[in-house]
Amino acid sequence: MRLTDIERAMLAGKLGEPRRWAIEQQMRVGRFFDAKDFVEVTQVHLMADTESLGDSGVRFLEELAAESEAERRVRVPTVTDPRGIDFAAYKRLKQTERMADLERRAIAAFRAMGVMMTDTCINYQTIMPPVRGEHLAFGDTGSTIYVNSVLGARSNFEGGPAALAAALTGRAPCYGYHLPEKRRGTAAFALKTRPQSLSDWGAVGGIIGRKLQSYWQVPVIEGIEEAPTSDELKHFGAALASFGTVALFHMVGVTPEAPDRRRAFGRRAPPRAKPITAADIRAFYGSYGAKGDKLDVVVFSAPQLSLVEMQSLAGLVSGRRIHSGTTLLAATSPEIKAACDRMGFTAAIEGAGGIVASGVCFYQMHAREIGEANGWRRLMSNSAKLVNIIGGYGYEPVLATMERCVDSAVAGKVL
Amino acid sequence: MKPRILHAHPGIGPKVTGVALVAADYFSARYDLDRIKGVFSRPAHKLYGQPYVGRVLVLLGAKGGVATSWMLREMSERGLAPLALLLNTANPIMAQGAAFANLAFLDRFKGDVTAAIRTGETVTVDPVAGTVTLEG
Repeated sequence: MRLTDIERAMLAGKLGEPRRWAIEQQMRVGRFFDAKDFVEVTQVHLMADTESLGDSGVRFLEELAAESEAERRVRVPTVTDPRGIDFAAYKRLKQTERMADLERRAIAAFRAMGVMMTDTCINYQTIMPPVRGEHLAFGDTGSTIYVNSVLGARSNFEGGPAALAAALTGRAPCYGYHLPEKRRGTAAFALKTRPQSLSDWGAVGGIIGRKLQSYWQVPVIEGIEEAPTSDELKHFGAALASFGTVALFHMVGVTPEAPDRRRAFGRRAPPRAKPITAADIRAFYGSYGAKGDKLDVVVFSAPQLSLVEMQSLAGLVSGRRIHSGTTLLAATSPEIKAACDRMGFTAAIEGAGGIVASGVCFYQMHAREIGEANGWRRLMSNSAKLVNIIGGYGYEPVLATMERCVDSAVAGKVL
Repeated sequence: MKPRILHAHPGIGPKVTGVALVAADYFSARYDLDRIKGVFSRPAHKLYGQPYVGRVLVLLGAKGGVATSWMLREMSERGLAPLALLLNTANPIMAQGAAFANLAFLDRFKGDVTAAIRTGETVTVDPVAGTVTLEG
């Protein structure tokens, strides 16, 4: 890889051991993907929940944090993805002191490096939305696909250690979705029905994701006559990235790099569009259904809820009571939680017997252990991304609209 | 029998020799594994219930999720990692995780690697050369 003077200095260790480690890691990945050089980034979004980090990851962070301040500080604004513990809720969820201690150690290390603990996967809605053409190092599949596709910014999936490395060097290896020629469409889908709910949008993302299964595929979606909302695109993108490891999509007439079909595909001949029908969406729900079963836990999370989603949930539970045998959990960002406290949404949800968790996301909360501790197996959610992930943690997931999830939580069984 | 050599793009990590565990399915450490018991735990996965520790995992590609980038190293330090990972098509997360964990990792084979190797075969993975040698 071609290196600038400062990159050579980092590699030689002249700017400290953390930056030497960081650029060496980035060069290993850059060479793997045939990157010719680096690109400077303006923001880093860092995924580092303690379930993923484990003891070894936290020790690694502490070693970096023990270096001198000049050598350990991040070089660009760096914010965090959801954490594994909400210190206000972890005892109610039967998370352990060991989990909480690990979390405290990780937070202390990040703070020493100058990382801002935003603890959110919806930073593009709540912290600082990137702009078209801005190069980033984003480390959550949902945030990456949203900023690439909806905002026209440029990032690859930069997983935890890679995002940390980008924060320390201020750059990322220049390959994949940093390059204009890689951002053109490769596959086409035609929506034949308008999704009616957030879970419908997630289902459509899941259907397309299941058909692609490659990071290097860029689906182009046609047939959207009315612009979706930010939350609809959030659920669509999160599911698409989760089911298909996809990092970029175009929606003709909606997203900035696809004003029309021709420009979505660039010089490529557009392929024939595969239809997505109402029957496809029903079949997708059918693969995550179990009417009549006792319901253990209802989760609204993955991605964290926006203020608008929290308002919807508060309205649905208001004046009702969650069944004593069912837990209802909603996860949002610290900023949105504060707004919900102020606007009475938290009181409405918790008054009905639900739990509002802040700065966490369900599958990043040691989901296997809390499932076992609480006796949770049958889980219901309106998040297609969550039902995709959570089966591997020993849960039996059901996908449904937010309304049906709430009705089921009140009934204590899957309706 | 003469060893067979499969060619891929140069990869990441050390040269290793081990026994293959193969499936025409995808991979994510978070979605698919019980990282405490060391088995595939996702019921829909073709390797469901199979132990993966110390095996050369041969799969189609990566699935969604970024957690694998941290998890491979953590699994390695607890002695619960695969020996190597071979995919037809990687995503950045797998490469970043392999680099962080120093795990042998290759992708971009000439042909479908899950069809070229059978479970139980002994293979030598050489990331610098970008080759996998199947012992005869």
